[in-house]
Amino acid sequence: MSDLLYSEIENDLRAGVRELLDDKAPWTGVLAGTEKDEPYDAALWQAVAGQLGCAGLPVPEELGGAGATWRETAVVLEELGRAVAPVPFLTSSVVATAALLAAGERELLGSLAAGERIAVLAVPFATPPGDVAPTAQVSDGKLTGEVAGVADGLAADVLLVPTADGLYAVDAADAARTAVTSLDMTRRLADVAFSGAPARRVAEGGEAVRTALLTGAALLASEQLGLAQRCLDDTVAYVKTRYQFGRPVGSYQGLKHRLADLWTSITQARAVARYAVSCAASGDADLPVAAAVAQAHCSAVALKAAEECVQMHGGIGFTWENSSHLFLKRAKADAIALGTADRHRAALATLADLPSA
Amino acid sequence: MSTAPPDADELSRRVEEFLAAHDPSATEPLEFLRARFDAGLAWVHYPEGLGGLGAPRALQPAVDRLFAKAGAPTNHPERNGIGLGMAAPTILAFGTEEQKRRFLRPLWTGEELWCQLFSEPGAGSDLAALATRAVRDGDRWIVNGQKVWTSMAHEARWAILVTRTDPDVPKHRGMTYFVCDMTAPGVEVRPLRQITGEAEFNEVFLTDVAIPDEHRLGDVGQGWQVSTTTLMNERVAIGGAAAPRESGMIGVVAGLWRDRPELRTPGLHDAVLRAWVETEAARLTGERLRQQLTAGQPGPEGSGAKLAFAKLNQEVSGLELELLGDEGLRYDDWTMRRPTEVDFTRRSPGYRYLRAKGNSIEGGTSEILRNIIAERVLGLPGEIRVDKDVAWKDLPK
Repeated sequence: MSDLLYSEIENDLRAGVRELLDDKAPWTGVLAGTEKDEPYDAALWQAVAGQLGCAGLPVPEELGGAGATWRETAVVLEELGRAVAPVPFLTSSVVATAALLAAGERELLGSLAAGERIAVLAVPFATPPGDVAPTAQVSDGKLTGEVAGVADGLAADVLLVPTADGLYAVDAADAARTAVTSLDMTRRLADVAFSGAPARRVAEGGEAVRTALLTGAALLASEQLGLAQRCLDDTVAYVKTRYQFGRPVGSYQGLKHRLADLWTSITQARAVARYAVSCAASGDADLPVAAAVAQAHCSAVALKAAEECVQMHGGIGFTWENSSHLFLKRAKADAIALGTADRHRAALATLADLPSA
Repeated sequence: MSTAPPDADELSRRVEEFLAAHDPSATEPLEFLRARFDAGLAWVHYPEGLGGLGAPRALQPAVDRLFAKAGAPTNHPERNGIGLGMAAPTILAFGTEEQKRRFLRPLWTGEELWCQLFSEPGAGSDLAALATRAVRDGDRWIVNGQKVWTSMAHEARWAILVTRTDPDVPKHRGMTYFVCDMTAPGVEVRPLRQITGEAEFNEVFLTDVAIPDEHRLGDVGQGWQVSTTTLMNERVAIGGAAAPRESGMIGVVAGLWRDRPELRTPGLHDAVLRAWVETEAARLTGERLRQQLTAGQPGPEGSGAKLAFAKLNQEVSGLELELLGDEGLRYDDWTMRRPTEVDFTRRSPGYRYLRAKGNSIEGGTSEILRNIIAERVLGLPGEIRVDKDVAWKDLPK
């Protein structure tokens, strides 16, 4: 059985990332950033990817990375989820990096690992693991087509575009990108159109894309875990200090029991998320099951945590000036991203041999 | 000679040595178990002379595995959960030297089974409200009262018993804890039938039962503190093997789904998949808890696991009945039986459904567990208490 605990190195890494985020990405700053035109926080990204070297964690040293694994990468994601940090870590350092690793690509991979460039997989963000139906075509090294709802599409320097002829890298400057007003204001989408953009093939067939989406689904659970824990922590702190009827509202069983249930769900989400990243890190054959379980389970936990966070903050929780909505919007978007829980249960029907009616 | 507790290597060397001196196939089981206790290989974290060697608790699973591999006789821990899990740690913590020597060895070997005389008709979640009276009479105590939900009372030789000795002080302060001889005159055990038809539990009536003062555990009036020790020693499985995927009730449901296509509907398909995911989540959570304990990092996750287990068992067993349709309407047997252990898999789906209802009541109701998690883990304010500074005798009953 995989190790589901955190190593000392992982705990140290977590502490370092949290310290940085507390300093550079307080929720007030994140909220202010949502009203700016910049599609992500470039200074924060430089600090996380470059200064801390987090972007290269899953990349072997000989390819320019830090030579760690998806386990450490997932710990960073937990912290980024906790802060709803507006940086393209999931999209570039996990999904695109997994695609390039699977493809055996080296040049672009090295610059991603160094935090010098950002690449994203050009698929709609709701795409579940499995075969992607390409919406772009290549002819004579020129790429044409459209992809709607690409996460961090505006942050990207390079777009990795699935086609029937394999996966192609396109310079983002050669694509027409339209900002989408996104439900999750901290991870914005873009609609992308290519009309004869110069494209370089980085992988044949669909395997690299399948691996990327599967790895992404497995690791997204860690972001959801970090977000859920933050929502619980904030809510518990709030209900201890908010008095109504002469008592802290956290003394009412109507809230206490729900928070106890939420805490229980989060302990489960932690085990499930750790199992998924552990399978991704070791290339375990159980990864498809682990990733599907992780998404089917953790999506609901994170969403519940964010919804309870809004509700238990009461009137203030419904306002723009409270942090809760940042978590709610991310949680709802994450529950759809890389396949809804229902899509992942459908995948399990096949994987676990529980055929439909 | 070094006094440092043995490490893993030293323990396996001692087990080997023991097995060489006591051939499991040629030694009478009880004799083997007694010798294992005397060698300190029963529960290695207990002190020397009391079945242990003062070794880290985390090393016990490896010792158990070595004995199991050698085909050694077992002390059937499943028959003596209260004894091993609750009575023994309490005796170890509060017992006199004499009490430890008298009780622990036959408890561990299974020669003497134990039960727990705690809950009463008027004291369930609120154990400290209990009314069973113990009155001092020279060097003995005379006990009168009624206990309930007592598993194994009809098999047990001894009971851990908590009583009211001073009704004039607030309830937590007037309690005293005893070891009660279940064969003493005045102890009457009656089966208590459950919604399943069988009787795992009993009611125990205590009428002028005389308990010698040397069977008192802890000081007079210290009963709440002693009981707390008992209740904190819930049986936590340390080590052992990870449960495989689809073990337990989901395995039954998944098997049914695969083997009986005619039972399938789209709605039930979704329900089966959800149950499968939640069961897998609970399994991984249990595995993570096991790894934490083995690594010497115990956390509060155990109380959450119990809460989740109860909910899941109830949902999955309910799903099974629904999936079966017509067949779910049949029950196997309402006869009052006296089972010695709970086995969910050998009875009918209806039994599983009904028995699972006990999971959220036994060993702390789910509501009390939520209070405990909210207050002790999350640090939320405690319940408003109207009974704290009131003498027990003046409490509304």
